[in-house]
Amino acid sequence: MEAADIHHIGNPTNRVDGRLKVTGAARYAAEYEAPGLLHGVIVSASVAAGRIVSLKTERALSVPGVVEIFTHENCGSGAWLDRNWKDEVAPPGHPFRPLHSDRILFDGQPIALVVAETLEAARDAASLVTAAYEVGQHCTELEVKRSQAYEPPEKRSGIPPPPEPRGKAEDAFERARHRISADYRIRAEHHNPMELFATTCVYEGKDKLTIYEKTQGSQNSQGYVTSVFGLKTKNVRVINHYVGGAFGSALRPQQQLFFAVMASLELKRSVRVVLTRSQMFYIGYRPETRHAISLAADNEGRLTSIIHDAVAATSHYEDYQESLVNWSGMMYHCDNVKLSYGLAKLNTATPCDMRAPGAAVGVTALECAIDELAHAAGIDPLEFRKRNFATLDENTGKQFTSKALGACYEQGAASIGWERRSAEPGAVRDGHELVGLGMATGMWEAALMKASAEAKLTPDGRLQVSTAASDIGTGTWTILAQIGADALGLPVGAVTPLIGDSSLSASPVEGGSWTAASNGSAVLAACEAVKQTVFKHARKMANSPLAAASFDEVVFLGGRIALRTDPDRGLSLAEVMHASDLREIKASRKAAPKLLQMRKYVSYTHSAVFAEVRVDRDLGIVRIPKIVCAVAAGKIINPKTARSQILGGVVMGIGMALHEEAMTDHRLGKIMNHNFAEYHIPAHADIADIKVIFVDEQDDKVSPLGVKGLGEIGIVGTAAAVANAIFNATGKRGRDFPITLDKIISG
Amino acid sequence: MDTPKIEIALTVNGARHDIAVAPWETLLDVLRERLHLTGSKKGCDQGQCGACTVLVDGERINSCLALAVSRDGAAITTVEGLAEGGELHPLQAAFIEHDAFQCGYCTPGQLCSGVALLHEGRAQTREDIRELMSGNLCRCGAYTNIADAIETALNRQNAGREAAE
Repeated sequence: MEAADIHHIGNPTNRVDGRLKVTGAARYAAEYEAPGLLHGVIVSASVAAGRIVSLKTERALSVPGVVEIFTHENCGSGAWLDRNWKDEVAPPGHPFRPLHSDRILFDGQPIALVVAETLEAARDAASLVTAAYEVGQHCTELEVKRSQAYEPPEKRSGIPPPPEPRGKAEDAFERARHRISADYRIRAEHHNPMELFATTCVYEGKDKLTIYEKTQGSQNSQGYVTSVFGLKTKNVRVINHYVGGAFGSALRPQQQLFFAVMASLELKRSVRVVLTRSQMFYIGYRPETRHAISLAADNEGRLTSIIHDAVAATSHYEDYQESLVNWSGMMYHCDNVKLSYGLAKLNTATPCDMRAPGAAVGVTALECAIDELAHAAGIDPLEFRKRNFATLDENTGKQFTSKALGACYEQGAASIGWERRSAEPGAVRDGHELVGLGMATGMWEAALMKASAEAKLTPDGRLQVSTAASDIGTGTWTILAQIGADALGLPVGAVTPLIGDSSLSASPVEGGSWTAASNGSAVLAACEAVKQTVFKHARKMANSPLAAASFDEVVFLGGRIALRTDPDRGLSLAEVMHASDLREIKASRKAAPKLLQMRKYVSYTHSAVFAEVRVDRDLGIVRIPKIVCAVAAGKIINPKTARSQILGGVVMGIGMALHEEAMTDHRLGKIMNHNFAEYHIPAHADIADIKVIFVDEQDDKVSPLGVKGLGEIGIVGTAAAVANAIFNATGKRGRDFPITLDKIISG
Repeated sequence: MDTPKIEIALTVNGARHDIAVAPWETLLDVLRERLHLTGSKKGCDQGQCGACTVLVDGERINSCLALAVSRDGAAITTVEGLAEGGELHPLQAAFIEHDAFQCGYCTPGQLCSGVALLHEGRAQTREDIRELMSGNLCRCGAYTNIADAIETALNRQNAGREAAE
C-alpha cells in the first residue's frame, strides 16, 4: 500500500452519504412512516399582540378525517415549571410554551393544532379555524425601541458580554488626525433551510416514543421532550440522520416537536407535524441590528480609537444575546476601545443563532467602518489592516494559538489581483458597468466542546465510530469516517460512522463550528484507545513480531499492526483478535477543552475576503463576478467538504450584502415577505466564481486534531467585502444591508 | 361525506400505479405520501424553490404545483428513477465528484432539473447553466459545484455526440 493511501485526513474524500443523497434514499424527518400515522397542521395567530377571545373550531371539526383540534383550552398538560422548558442552548428568560395561554406575543404564534387522518384534511380544516382577538399594543420596529435598549441583566451562557473599556476612546477620537463616524443597519434575516421543519413522532406504546426530528442536536431535543412531558430518557429516542440544512435554526427544539409529541401522547397514535415555509418565518431569525461606530487613526494610519455601540432586537420573553461588538476590540491593535451592546424587545419570536451569530453582522459593520477610515486616511484598505494587525486578543490579553491571517491577506490579494484596484472610487468603467474591488477581514472562534464517542473494531477489519453528532450538510458523516480510517490504517470504506441518534455517545448540538474539532477529537481518542488494546493483545501473542516493541514503535496500516521501521513484520488485526478470542474491541472516550491552556490562550479562525463587483451605471444592478475567501483554519480534514462549507458561507454572505431582508409592515406587526418569492436568497444566476483558499496553519493547541472548524467563517466579512467593493466601484457607501439597487441609485 | 376519489394511472420510474386520488392532492404529495417516493422534496409547496422538480413525460415541472388528477396517464421520473440498474446517472456521479450538495435536500430537484437541462439542448455555456438552473434554490450555497457538475456532464454528453457523428 502506498503511504499516501493510508492518510485519510487531508484527502478530498467524496461524501460517504453522497450516494444516498443523489438517489433520494437519504430520509429526512418528515419521510418516516408509521402505522396509522396522523398529520398535524398548525394554525398561526394573525395579530402581533393581545389575547385570544374565542377560537371557533366547529367547521374545522366537521371536515371528514379530522381527529382532534388542540387549542390553549384543551391542550395536553406540559410541565408546569418554566425551567423544564429550557433547552440546552436557551437564552435567559421564559421559553415559549405553545398553547400555554390565550396571550399572543407575536404574529404567527401557533394558536391551534389540527390533527387529521390525511395531510389534505388537516390543511383544509386548519384554514377553517377562526380566532377572535382582543388586539393589544405591539411594536416590531427596532428604531422605535432603540432608545429603550437595555443591557441584559442575565448573560447568556457561552456569550461573553462586551469587555470593559480600555484607554480613553472618546478623548483619543477627538484628538485624532483621521476619523469617521457612521451608522450601519443590518436587517433581520431568516435561516430558510430548504427542508421544512418537521417531526414524525412514532408512538411505540405507553409513554415510549421514537421521534424523527429536524434538529441540530438529537440529545437536546430528547432532553426537551423528557423534561416538558415528564418522560423517561430511555423511552424517548430522537433520530436526525439527515438534516436538510439548518444554519442555527434547528439548534433549539422548534414548535413542531412540541406539537407532534403532545398530540401523539394525547391521542396515543403516531403524529407528523410539518411547518409551512411561511410558518418558518416565525420560529427564530437573525435579529436586526443597528451599529454606531466611530474610528480614528493617526498620521501613520494606526488606529487610535474604536467606539462601537450596537443594539439588537429580542422578543418579549427571552433575552437572546450574541457576541456582537466584541470583535471590534480584538480584530486590530488599538489602545483606546469602548464597546457596548443593548437589547430592545419587539413583538416577534425570540431570535435564533444564524450562521456566525454576532460576528456575521458585528464584523460587517466594523469592516465597513475600517474601509471608510482607510479611505479617509488615504491608505489602501489592505495596507491599513496590515498596519493594525493584532498579535494578541486585546480584549482579554491572551495569545492566539495560531493566526495565519497574514498569509490570508497575501494569497487572497494575489488571487483577486488586488493591484488592479483603483484608489479613486468610481474610476473604473467597463461599458455600462462600474468596476470595483473591496476586501474585509473575518474572524470566528475555534471552540472545542465536551463530546464523547465510541469506537468498535471487529475481526472482519471493520471499524464503527459513533457519537450523537449531527450532519446538517457539514460533512460530519464523512470526516468521522476519515478520522477513524486514518487512526486504524483502514480504507474509509471499512469504517461505519454512526451519528444522528440520541442513543449514541453524548454530544453537544451541532453548531458554532465546533463539531469537527470536538466530536472528531472524541472519535480520535476512542480510536487511539482501541489501538492500545490491539497492541496489548498483539504483543502477548506467541512468537509475536511485536513482543519487544513499544506502542510508539508500531504503526496501523492496511488492516495490520506492524513495526514502524519494518512494516513487513506485523500481524493482521483479525489475527490478533482471533488469537485473544475477541469478538470486538470497544472503547469510549471524551474530548474536552484544556482549562489550564485556556487561561493563557484563545483560538480563532481567521479569513480575508476579496470581492470584485460590477455595478450597472443606470440601473444599480450589482453583479459579483469573483469572490476570494482565504481562510486560516488549522488542519483541513477534507478539502472537498471544507471548501463547500466556505462556499456556502460566502453565498449566504452575498445574500446579506445584496438580497436578504425580512420586510415587516410595522403598522400590523406582520412579516409581509414570508416566502421564497419575496424573501430573496441568492439563486444560481447570482453566483459566479468563488475561489476558496486554505492557507497553511499548524496549531497544536486548538484541538487534538489541530482542527478549527469552518461552518461560520465563510460568511464573516463577505458582506463587508462586497459593500466596500461597491464603494470602490461607485463612490457610494452602502450602510443599510441588504444594499439593494434602489439604495445605490438614490444613494 | 366521503371524499370523492378519482381513479388515475401514473407510470413512475417505469412502474405503473393505478390509484384513486382526491382532486386536490398534488402530484408531490401523491408521490411522497401515497407512493412513498420521498426522494422528491417539499421545500415551499408554492412552486418557488424547485426542490420538488420531477420529469413528467421528459419535461421538468414543479410537482407541488401539479394536481395529480391532471397528470393521469403521465410517465414520471423522480430522483429514485435516475439511476439504471444500480448504475448512477452520469449527473448523479458528477454531483458526488464535485460535492454539488451539502444537506442534500434540494439535490433531487437539482438533479431532475439538470437532467432535463441536458436533454433540452439549450445550455451551451456556464452562464446558460446558471440561468436555466435558477428555478432550483440551494440554501447551502452549492451553486458553483452544481454548475461544475452539470458542465462536466454536458461536456461528456457533447463529446459522446461528436464521437458518434
